[in-house]
Amino acid sequence: MSAAPTSAGPNHARRVIVAWIVLSLILTPLVAIFLGPHIPPGNGSDQASQQTVDNTVMTAIVTPIICLLTVFFVYALAQFRKPRGGAITDGPPLREQRTVQTLWIVLTSATVLFLAGFGTYELLQNGAGGGQGPSPVAVPSGSKLQVQVIAQQWEFTYRYPSYGGLETSQLVIPADTLIELHVTSLDAVHSFWAYQLGIKADANPGVDNVAYLQTKGPRTFSVHCAELCGLWHGYMFSQGKVVSSSDFAAWVKQQQKVFSAVKQYMPPYATAYYPDPQRRAG
Amino acid sequence: MRRHTWKLVGVAVVVAAVGVLIGLYVSKLTTEAGSPSYTVPVKTVNGKPVVDLTIQTVAAVGPELSPSHPDFVSYLVRNTQGKWIRSTVWRLPAHATVHVTIYNFDGASGLRNNYLARAQGTDGNAYTIDGKTQNVISPDDASHTFAVPAYGLIVAIPGVADDAKNQCGYAPCSLSNAHRTIQFTFHTGNTGHIRWQCFVPCAAGWLYGFGGPMQTIGYMDGFLDIT
Repeated sequence: MSAAPTSAGPNHARRVIVAWIVLSLILTPLVAIFLGPHIPPGNGSDQASQQTVDNTVMTAIVTPIICLLTVFFVYALAQFRKPRGGAITDGPPLREQRTVQTLWIVLTSATVLFLAGFGTYELLQNGAGGGQGPSPVAVPSGSKLQVQVIAQQWEFTYRYPSYGGLETSQLVIPADTLIELHVTSLDAVHSFWAYQLGIKADANPGVDNVAYLQTKGPRTFSVHCAELCGLWHGYMFSQGKVVSSSDFAAWVKQQQKVFSAVKQYMPPYATAYYPDPQRRAG
Repeated sequence: MRRHTWKLVGVAVVVAAVGVLIGLYVSKLTTEAGSPSYTVPVKTVNGKPVVDLTIQTVAAVGPELSPSHPDFVSYLVRNTQGKWIRSTVWRLPAHATVHVTIYNFDGASGLRNNYLARAQGTDGNAYTIDGKTQNVISPDDASHTFAVPAYGLIVAIPGVADDAKNQCGYAPCSLSNAHRTIQFTFHTGNTGHIRWQCFVPCAAGWLYGFGGPMQTIGYMDGFLDIT
């Protein structure tokens, strides 16, 4: 439906459409070029960079929609307001217009279908930093360093099966390396979220949730729990590091010394653990 | 302004005030409610602050110290008068050396993550158990932990033997009851409000041993108020 022009009045629809097109043509490139690079999560990893591009695409797509709403709102406020001192009169009648209806359905459907296709394509590249469950579909090629993320109330710990099942309290990973994260939990449902690296995967007890991460250069990043998990959920955060290969090797050596005392008590590395939840406390 | 405008403003102010009060209540509830802050006395040694913190862990806090939850497992702290009080929010000076003595009167529950059985963040990454220096215990023997994740500090506390004589029923327990003595030293950092917690699922009768006293400030969790 649209506001039909009257013989005496201006063509409101044409005015709104022209204003919308002009504004969209100006703002959309500006948003993509200048705002896009600053949209989170940044460039901490390939996955983070990919998400920044995805967010830029979606922001650019939504810009014309915001423009249309804004133009229509402002135009309606300015054009259809009650004239000063004048009487309130009825607006122009709304009549069915097949062309407008068809255009609306086609455009919105195309937008939604494009986003669905685009999102699927991006997910299939490398999982886009999300947990893919125990049998991941989007597996990037190349050699991978496996790191296990173990959530518990209220701390994350990390195991490195390539280094004798070494477990640590801090997540340290080498730069320019493809990391295969195996996220699990020993108790409640948690969610591992390394924001600057663009990684987020649920940590469920007894479940191996796999996510991939291609690191870039050395940097620090924060790790948070993103699933309300009890009293200290808000304090369940720590800082991780991406370090050079040589620094990583030195760090592993140091951690293995610390770990040696408890190694005899550790269960063999597994993709999920089933500790007795009851024990004496049951 | 017209009368109905004033009414609208009044309603908005009341709603905002109620919202703020709810926020303050929830904030208080999730931080220090149920556990008034205890200021630990500070000595100065070689110009640096040194603190002696003496605490005990008990299987049941008892009706005297917690009338509403007498069966909760709990930490207690000894005040300057030598009295055991139920406070888990402790005010400590920044950049201080803290000598901790823990008397544990509870039995073992066992750790869910065996990795946490290794002492970390203490001087020498070790501690003494009944006078003997150790850096790890069997995870199955763990009764509780004293852990400050922000400092990388974790100490696994071994439990009293199941068949030990003269076990303590309700707190406050006396040293004539069967107990373990754990001693270690750690250092505080900059000022801050830092949480500490127990990692052993020791809350008997609660889902997975991690409800009730494990999720309530004043029992098995608290804060170090570093000032």
